[in-house]
Amino acid sequence: MASLSNKVQDVFSEPGCDKNQAKGEKERKKGCTKQLTPGAAAGGCAFDGAKIALQPITDVAHLVHGPIACEGNGWDNRGAKSSDSLLYRTGFTTDINELDVVYGGEKRLYKSIREILDKYDPPAIFVYQTCVTALIGDDIEAVCKAATAKFGKPIIPVNAPGFVGAKNLGNKLAGEALLDYVIGTEEPETTTPYDINIIGEYNLAGELWQVKPLLDELGIRILSCISGDAKYKEVAYSHRAKAAMMVCSKAMINVARKMEERYGIPFFEGSFYGISDMSESLRQIAKLLVQQGAPEDLLSRTEKVIFREETRAWEAINHYRKRLEGKKVLLITGGVKSWSVVSALQEGGMEIVGTSVKKSTAEDKEKIKELMGEDAHMFDDMRPRDMYAMLKDSRADIMLSGGRSQFVALKVKMPWLDINQERHHAYAGYVGMVELVKRIDQALFHPVWEQVRKPAPWEVSTPSPLMGEGWGEGALSTVAPSPQPSPTRGEGAVVAKAA
Amino acid sequence: MATVTTSHKACTVNPLKMSQPIGAALAFMGLNHCMPTLHGSQGCTSFGLVLFVRHFREMIPMQTTAMNEVTTILGGMDNIEQTIMNIWERAKPDVIGLASTGLTETKGDDVDAYLKLIYKKHPEIADLKVIYVSTPDYQGAFQDGWSKAVVRIVQEFATPCTVKQLDRVNVLPGSHLTPGDLYEIREIIESFGLSPVFIPDVSGSLDGHIPEDFTPTTLGGTTLEQLRTMGAARATIAIGEQMHSAAIELEMKTGVPSTVFDRLTGLEANDKLMQHLSALSGKPVPQKYRRQRSQLQDAMLDAHFFTGGTRIAIGAEPDLLFSLGSMLADMGCEIAAAVTTTHSPILEKLPAEEVLIGDLEDLEARAKDCDLLITHSHGRQMAARLDIPFLRYGVPTFDRLGAAHKVTVGYRGTMEFVFELGNTFLADEHEVTPATWTNSSEASSCVSGGSCNSCQGTTDADHPQVAFS
Repeated sequence: MASLSNKVQDVFSEPGCDKNQAKGEKERKKGCTKQLTPGAAAGGCAFDGAKIALQPITDVAHLVHGPIACEGNGWDNRGAKSSDSLLYRTGFTTDINELDVVYGGEKRLYKSIREILDKYDPPAIFVYQTCVTALIGDDIEAVCKAATAKFGKPIIPVNAPGFVGAKNLGNKLAGEALLDYVIGTEEPETTTPYDINIIGEYNLAGELWQVKPLLDELGIRILSCISGDAKYKEVAYSHRAKAAMMVCSKAMINVARKMEERYGIPFFEGSFYGISDMSESLRQIAKLLVQQGAPEDLLSRTEKVIFREETRAWEAINHYRKRLEGKKVLLITGGVKSWSVVSALQEGGMEIVGTSVKKSTAEDKEKIKELMGEDAHMFDDMRPRDMYAMLKDSRADIMLSGGRSQFVALKVKMPWLDINQERHHAYAGYVGMVELVKRIDQALFHPVWEQVRKPAPWEVSTPSPLMGEGWGEGALSTVAPSPQPSPTRGEGAVVAKAA
Repeated sequence: MATVTTSHKACTVNPLKMSQPIGAALAFMGLNHCMPTLHGSQGCTSFGLVLFVRHFREMIPMQTTAMNEVTTILGGMDNIEQTIMNIWERAKPDVIGLASTGLTETKGDDVDAYLKLIYKKHPEIADLKVIYVSTPDYQGAFQDGWSKAVVRIVQEFATPCTVKQLDRVNVLPGSHLTPGDLYEIREIIESFGLSPVFIPDVSGSLDGHIPEDFTPTTLGGTTLEQLRTMGAARATIAIGEQMHSAAIELEMKTGVPSTVFDRLTGLEANDKLMQHLSALSGKPVPQKYRRQRSQLQDAMLDAHFFTGGTRIAIGAEPDLLFSLGSMLADMGCEIAAAVTTTHSPILEKLPAEEVLIGDLEDLEARAKDCDLLITHSHGRQMAARLDIPFLRYGVPTFDRLGAAHKVTVGYRGTMEFVFELGNTFLADEHEVTPATWTNSSEASSCVSGGSCNSCQGTTDADHPQVAFS
């Protein structure tokens, strides 16, 4: 485990991360995330994070070395889309049993690798370490090395067992695995001055494809997306890109920075969420490429595309802006993307009444303050009970969050929109922003709210205007959906029976 | 009737199985004011939580002892203590259901001893019940975890009662029953003038109702009072082989006689239940169920044209497999491929040649010429590849609504299942064309002959037109 703890320390002292650099030596060793409180913790483990970061690589087999829980309880549950191979959605696990725990699971792992190569013939296999197999001392690096030598295919160890930390750390450890074993191991057939990497974009709900047409139009080639809709070889030759964009805030900063260090690929941090962020990202990509030797006209071509797209998007959003102006939004995300979504919502005329910053860096928080003003309501750790109260007291009109907290909103009969990994709709780029605003509009003005908020007629004591017409024609059918409280004797009896 | 075999692959591909601890957690979710908690790393809980949220589309109370590398090595006593105290302060539950995981079992935490020490150290939590169940991930499967947790609940609470409640019946439901199933069973039992208490009762907590206020724990389920009075019941009914051990435990501790029903899907199975309830209550079978029985008979007659002779591939946990599988056989379907997750004595009784303890890759390999696939939502990819109709049964069902309200028990639930089955075949009926019967004699005569083109068509009954190509 020595190498794993070194790796973790290496990730913790990431020079690209200001937050870590601001800490003292001792504090830094403790890591990025706050110590979890037993009995009051939420969120995924490091293994989960590593899997999220790498699973979007579509043509490889993702093999989880551990007991059934790690893969069996959660496989095929992400919305990362593929334009080609579907192998990444196949669940592979060694599903170790009690004997493996006693005698070690390395042989089972080796055999599993052989079975996968025989049956599915992927260009590579990613092997994920988990808590139990780490605890019993299975050396997955050694097994992968032996298997690579024997079978002649890259077998990549991803050493991020769940108990080393939270999801975010897992993202970074996954990045380390790519840096150590994948990036720089193959060469592209051709290169162009317009080759970029997009790092930390997972193509959830196909969001990469909302952005790609614009890049295509500008002649910019995504040499490698790490890791959305990526093929193994694309990641392997990503070191030949001219510039890189780092998308998901700090999740993969180590990959971006080390690729700059090793291969001289300059990067910037950007976001595809929100109109101005999208434009800024396009500008930055163009700027970096020109800096790296691409023809200068790229800059003006980019501005033209930005102008056209912005005009189009604004027109579309203006249609909704009138209806959404002043609507209060409670934004609960993993934190990393908070600020990019904040600016996106403000473009739609909405007011952010609160946002979670649990996993946000100091820099993220500054950006949020910049956008929302000094008195921005940032919650470090908002309990479901508090979200519930906030919605129930109508201090917010809609909540945007991940799937797990959706019922906090739904149970108070308030609109909710999924903005996390499991979501079904894509919100990136100009079209995505319009889509997000459209979805918020649909959620807010959905007819269901009026119906579910109405109390049952027999629970209301005010006299009904329908009083006395109880037994007219069709009385039976009008009772249930009646919008009016109707506690007349006759109807009351029918309702009681139906209930 | 069936031979039980085990897959000998090293690598599990497309798991059918889920782990024990989350099965235990689901059982704890059927207790009122309970906080199910996994003693493991935060990911153990997180994966289970996401799974249940996607299946039930409900808020799921579930906590973790948040073990890390260091605490695992040193032992989890401090973490369990902090977990209990934090949950107690924040959520004030009646019960904490604590299930171990692969991680803490590998280390070998002596949780029973920890709990004794923790109770001694914190007299203020004397009223809080912490029920611990040992459920390593590397043994058994989901339904084993459920079954073990219910045994522990019974051990913890069951005592003989001198004062009897003459109308009370304990019901021990297996993990394969949905909240909708529990409602149906409750209604049936109540119609005999008996009052059932489910242990555990996920119909109170996971039936998708809208509560008046926010609770961080479960929103309903079996109450402490009901658990303490299990011994006052006149009888216990267990549903599913997995509840056998809990039923025996309850009978040993309280003397309340128990009966195990291996399934409640099917005409005969429900006849037995009605007989039993009638004998227990001394009342005749209510008119309503005589009518429903007749409706089910009629439904089976209507459907048998479409179900007879079909070949089914089914993957499910043992008790669900037996419930649905037996009904399929009752309807004349052939169980051509059956895969399950864990050992159970019930498997041998399945009306099929072979039951394999394996994964969905095994099922896919065996399902090549089947007419229908039945398994949980993870079968979606293979159903698409096999291009056959697909019915989703079991946990998780994340890509369809209303999983909690699906009913397959009672005459009514059986009828719904029969209709769903029949309708699936009706919807999948292939139009005949003038080509359907051409070459058929030629094709069948050359089966042994070898490389004649038309043979390709005859092996694929669903696409007879291929015979022309």
